[in-house]
Amino acid sequence: MTVIATESLSKRYPRVTALDRLTVDITPGVTGLVGANGAGKSTLIKILLGLAPATEGRATVLGRDVATDGAGIRALVGYMPEHDCLPPDVSATEFVVHMARMSGLPPTAARERTADTLRHVGLYEERYRPMGGYSTGMKQRVKLAQALVHDPQLVLLDEPTNGLDPAGRDDMLGLIRRVHTDFGISVLVTSHLLGELERTSDHIVVIDGGKLLRASSTSDFTQTTGSLAVEVTDRESELLATLTAAGLTAQRTGHLLMVDIGDDETYDTVRDAVAGLGVGLVRMEQRRHRIAELFADPDDTGADATAAAHPTPDTAVAAPGAMGTGRSVR
Amino acid sequence: MTQPDLAPTDVIHDIGYRSYDGPRLGRRYARKSLYVQSLRGAYGLGRSAKSKVLPMILFAVMCLPALIIVALTIFTDRKDLPLQYTRYAVVLQAVITLFVASQAPQAVSRDLRFKTTPLYFSRPIEAVDYVVAKFAALASALFLLTAAPLLILYIGALLAKLSFGHQTAGFAKGLVSIALLSLLFAGIGLVIAAVTPRRGFGVAAVITLFVISYGAVSAVQGVADNQEKWHVIGWLGLFSPITLIDGFQTWFLDATSAFPDAAGPPNAAAGTAYLLVILAILAGSFGLLMRRYRKAGLS
Repeated sequence: MTVIATESLSKRYPRVTALDRLTVDITPGVTGLVGANGAGKSTLIKILLGLAPATEGRATVLGRDVATDGAGIRALVGYMPEHDCLPPDVSATEFVVHMARMSGLPPTAARERTADTLRHVGLYEERYRPMGGYSTGMKQRVKLAQALVHDPQLVLLDEPTNGLDPAGRDDMLGLIRRVHTDFGISVLVTSHLLGELERTSDHIVVIDGGKLLRASSTSDFTQTTGSLAVEVTDRESELLATLTAAGLTAQRTGHLLMVDIGDDETYDTVRDAVAGLGVGLVRMEQRRHRIAELFADPDDTGADATAAAHPTPDTAVAAPGAMGTGRSVR
Repeated sequence: MTQPDLAPTDVIHDIGYRSYDGPRLGRRYARKSLYVQSLRGAYGLGRSAKSKVLPMILFAVMCLPALIIVALTIFTDRKDLPLQYTRYAVVLQAVITLFVASQAPQAVSRDLRFKTTPLYFSRPIEAVDYVVAKFAALASALFLLTAAPLLILYIGALLAKLSFGHQTAGFAKGLVSIALLSLLFAGIGLVIAAVTPRRGFGVAAVITLFVISYGAVSAVQGVADNQEKWHVIGWLGLFSPITLIDGFQTWFLDATSAFPDAAGPPNAAAGTAYLLVILAILAGSFGLLMRRYRKAGLS
């Protein structure tokens, strides 16, 4: 089953080609659409909502043709824009109720669904206050709520983590994950930050200059290469022997031991082995290839510029090389 | 980096997600919902207390003279109301202009300024539904504003035991006139407001257009009056919104014109011209609004 299918989809404006013969199939689940600013993400969303005609090619959303059944698609799809879209003098409840009715929900259902949805996105007492006083994180939650309030089959989220601090970003990514796992709604989420989508998405589609660079399942390349980097103060060779004897596969690179992660017991085995030898454990951290490395393109100046503007660890585009994903023990 | 599953917030969700499989009522219902919301919004209902102040004051100011007239009529035993039903809106045009100037931008500029329009157009409605709903909502708000005092006059006239037939006919003509006035003012106001996301600009532009055009028409009519060219006076009314209505109702609804010397449209050609110009402005403003929103899309 496909949620979104495009076939040789192109969109040309007089001066620029926003989409260039894009052919992708997107299956249910969370799909990350990655590309630098101007890569064609917003144009694709416009076409998928039936709001702009494609120059050539065709696209279907939930089995409906975007060229002929735009209204039908928009009834079953939720959309969260990248920019601010909330009037400040209205409360979140009133606003989302109105948007629910605009999606065709009868008054009573609109009120019930609004209360439910706002609670699910984590907005409680503050939902009765005018939205002008909300923090960026709260505004993003309301924007997500209005996209979910009519229980769509698919939501299109345009840069939902924009402007959020790292903690807020993690909250939002967790919420997006739940939209699929708990609510059963498929998600297409765009970002120019590759790193943040790998934790959230089942699939990643990378476009650049309107062209498809790569479409793959996240697990294809992030989970198979999981390994544990272990650094100890002394006696690496003996530790290596002990670990091998315990049935683990490990190699020595420099003064680091790279241990393949089998299951959670791997951590215990390493810990016990280190303790048994009586040496100090400097660090133990999970390593895996990140999507960023696989897609990193040194010539992609657009991505570099983006990375420079957001110097966070998630911006792995500009910082290839193996970075730990956390869980370091010192 | 924190792991998503360790995030401290949004974890208390004992009730699971419930999906919705009730009815989805589609475009017509959505258009009606937008109409109702915009109509309420024009009087500040469903918005902050602050935004109720101006429309409510204007509504009260609009009704006050009618109450005074009714009181006068009842206590002085007059045979007729001192003011024609059709004249009321012309006399109080400043209040109506202020209402259009303040509420047309609130109807459309707000959605543009806060970029709410993409949320509408990512839903089943089309641009035409949005335009129809907003147009109808502002016109209805204006009709309420102008019909309320006429209703007060009519009820007052009946209480004063004035001629029922004569009063009813006058009231009906008044309603026809203000219906057309509401549509005309709403169309012009919305076109101007939809150009700019800045509310202040919209307010200023609407006031300027109504006041300057009326001022200019009145001034030139005054000059024509001095030179005793009465048929020119009748034609000049085509150039401002309120005088258009005045000319129309003088010719078609048998009203007394508020022009100098009550010189309404001089002949059938002029009378028809008033109707045609009004219809052309209505069609034109609808067309311009459609053009404005057809391209609005998601940005």
